[in-house]
Amino acid sequence: MKNFFGNPRLQRYGRTLLILLLIIVMTGPEGNGSQPTSGFTGSFGNHMSFFGFFYPQRWVVFVLLAGIIYGVISSVKLTVHWWRNRAIFRGDTYQRISRTVVATKRRSRLKSTRLGFYALGLAFALYFPHLVTDQSWQTLVVQDVLVYLLLALGLNVVTGFAGLLDLGYVAFYAIGAYTTAWVTGSLPTPPPFGVHWNTFVAIPVAIVFAMLCGVLLGIPTLRLRGDYLAIVTLGFGEIVYLFINNSYGITGGSTGTNQIPFLSFHLGPIKYLWGLIPEPYYYLTLAFVVIFLIVFSSLEHSRVGRSWVAIREDEVAAESLGIHPLKYKVMAFAIGAASAGFAGVVTASQTLFVTPPTFTISFSINILVLVIFGGMGSIFGVVLGGLVVQGFVAYLTHSPPSVYNAADLYMYLGALLVVMMIYRPAGLFPSRRRLRELHLIEGGVAPDTLQVEIGAHRVQEDV
Amino acid sequence: MLIVKDAVVRYGAIEALHGITFEVKQGEVVTLLGANGAGKSTTLRMLSGLHAPSSGTITFEGNDVTKVKAHMFSSMGISHVPEGRRIFPQMTVQENLEMGAFGRKDNYDEDMERMFTLFPILKERRKQLGGNLSGGEQQMLAISRAMMSHPRLLLLDEPSMGLAPMIIDQIFRIIGEIRDAGTTVLVVEQNAAQALRLADRGYVMENGVIAFSDDAAKLLHDPRVRAVYLGESVD
Repeated sequence: MKNFFGNPRLQRYGRTLLILLLIIVMTGPEGNGSQPTSGFTGSFGNHMSFFGFFYPQRWVVFVLLAGIIYGVISSVKLTVHWWRNRAIFRGDTYQRISRTVVATKRRSRLKSTRLGFYALGLAFALYFPHLVTDQSWQTLVVQDVLVYLLLALGLNVVTGFAGLLDLGYVAFYAIGAYTTAWVTGSLPTPPPFGVHWNTFVAIPVAIVFAMLCGVLLGIPTLRLRGDYLAIVTLGFGEIVYLFINNSYGITGGSTGTNQIPFLSFHLGPIKYLWGLIPEPYYYLTLAFVVIFLIVFSSLEHSRVGRSWVAIREDEVAAESLGIHPLKYKVMAFAIGAASAGFAGVVTASQTLFVTPPTFTISFSINILVLVIFGGMGSIFGVVLGGLVVQGFVAYLTHSPPSVYNAADLYMYLGALLVVMMIYRPAGLFPSRRRLRELHLIEGGVAPDTLQVEIGAHRVQEDV
Repeated sequence: MLIVKDAVVRYGAIEALHGITFEVKQGEVVTLLGANGAGKSTTLRMLSGLHAPSSGTITFEGNDVTKVKAHMFSSMGISHVPEGRRIFPQMTVQENLEMGAFGRKDNYDEDMERMFTLFPILKERRKQLGGNLSGGEQQMLAISRAMMSHPRLLLLDEPSMGLAPMIIDQIFRIIGEIRDAGTTVLVVEQNAAQALRLADRGYVMENGVIAFSDDAAKLLHDPRVRAVYLGESVD
C-alpha cells in the first residue's frame, strides 16, 4: 500500500487534481461581504450537480485548453523525436556508428529540422493574412501574439541567456510605447525639437531609449544576484508604472494619451498610410520578429553568448577568466530591452492610445510565463510557447466560450505554469544546456542527457 | 615579479590579514602554507582582485595592481585557479578551455594542444561535460583553463583538495612542468609536505600574518611547520 501511494506518477496526478480542485473553487461565483462562503457553495453545492463537477464551470475550459495544448505539443514532439532518432528505430546498425559521428549528425540534423520548422512557419506567417481575412482576428494576432512574441524573445535574452530574473520587464515596453507618444507629440511634454515626428522616427528612438534605460537600470542593480535582482527589477517596473500613472503634466497620467498618429510613409511620390487595416502592421511586426529572431540566435552562439553562459554558471570563475560580469549583464539588459521598446511602438501606433493599466506587473509575469512555458534559453521553445499560449489567448478574446470569463485569464495562465512545473519543469523545448543544469540541480551530478539518449554503451565507457 | 607589502584585508569589521609581506620571484614556485583559517585563501582572493586590500600595496612586474578589478588580472598575465576548481559544469571540456582563452584575440589552438599533451585524459574527454569529470580531472581542467590565457604567474588555490594521493602526485608533477616551461607559480596548500617538495620557497601563515619563511628544503624538516598545523605556538 505504501508503495502504491509512493508511486511518483500517482503523486503527480494527485497534485494535478488538487490544482484542478483549487481552480474549481477559485473560478466559482464570487462570494460577498455578508456571506463570504457563498461563492464556495455556489460552485460546490449546486443542486444541479454532484459537488459541482458536472456543472459546466469555467474549469472545463481550462481542462480542455490544457488537453489541446498538450496534444498539439506532444504530437509535434513525437514527430521531432522520431525524425531525430530514425536511426534508432531502424535497428542495430546504429550501434556500430561511432559515438562522435552520431553526436555530430544528431546536432546537424537537429539544426536542419529546426530550420525547416522556421521556414515552414515563416511561409505560413507570410500567407496568414490571406488565410484569415477577418480584421478583428488580424488585429488580435498582431497585438496578442506578435507583440508578446517580441517581448518574450527579448526577455529570453535576459532571463534565458544571461540567467537574470527580470520581473519588471514591462517597464521597457512602457518606455517604448510612451516614447512613441512623446516623439509624435501626443503627450503633454513637447516632442523633441518641437516637431511632431512621423511614427517611423519613433521606432529607432524608442529602441535606443529602451536600451538606454536598460543600461541605466543595469549599472547600479546588476551587482546584485538572484532573488535580490528580481526584487529590484520588480521595483523598477512599479516605479515606471507609478511615474506614468501619476505624472499628469508629463505623461498624461492615468488617462494616458489617445492621439498617437498611425504609421505613415511619405517619400517623394510614394505615400502610404497605415490605417485601421491591421495587415500592414502585421507584416511590419512580423519583419521585426524575424529580425530579432535572427539577431538573438546569432548572439546565442557568439562570444557574448558564451560569456553569458559562463556568468550564469559561475560568475566568480568567469571573472577570473577575464570576463567582466557587469558589462555583459548590462549588455543583456540593453539587448533584451530593445525588442520590448519596439513592441511598445507597435502597440502605441496601432491601438493609437497608451494608458498606464497596460503596464502593470501582471504583464511582466505573463511574458515570463511564455518564456518559462517555452523553455528558458531556447529561442525555438520561446517562439513555439508564445505562439501556442498567446494563440489561445487571442482565440479566447476573439470568441470567448460562454463559460470563459476574461478576468480569469491570469489564473488559467498561472495554473498552466504550475502544471508545467510538475511535468516539464524545463519548458516545452528546453535548451540542452538548461535542461542539463536542471538535472544537476535536482540530483547532484546526473548523467548527461545526451549519453542516456545515445545509448548505454557510451555510459559504460565513461565509468 | 610579485611583491605584496603590508597588505591588510578586512571582511567588514573583522581583519583577516594583518599586514602581510611576501614576494614571488620570476621562475620560482612559491608556496603559502598554513592551517585552516590562517588567511591563505584570503591572500589569493586579494591577489586575484576578488577582495581589495584596505591598505598595503601589491606590485606585479613593477606595476601597482592594488586596485585592479578581478576581470583585468587575466589580461595582465595573472591567472587564478580558484578554490574548489570552479569549472563550468555545463560546458564541455573543450568549451571550458575556450573560455580560458576568452581574453585572447590570437589563435590558441596550439595552447590547447599543449594542454592536451600535459593532461592526455582531457583530450579523451574533450566532448564531455565538465560536471561529469572526476575531481582529479576537474582540477586538471581548471589548471589547463587558467593556462589558456598564457599567464606569466599562475595562482593555485589548494590544488590537492579532496583528491586521491596518486592524482595529487600527478598534479604536482605537472605544476613542476609548468614552472619549467617558464610560468611562475604561487601555490596555496594545506598539504605541506607535498607542496614543499615541489616549491623553491615557502611562507607559513598563522592567524592572518606570515609567521616565518624559508627555503622549501629547510622548511620540509622544520619542526615549526608541524607546530603551526597542530596549533602549537611558534617560538
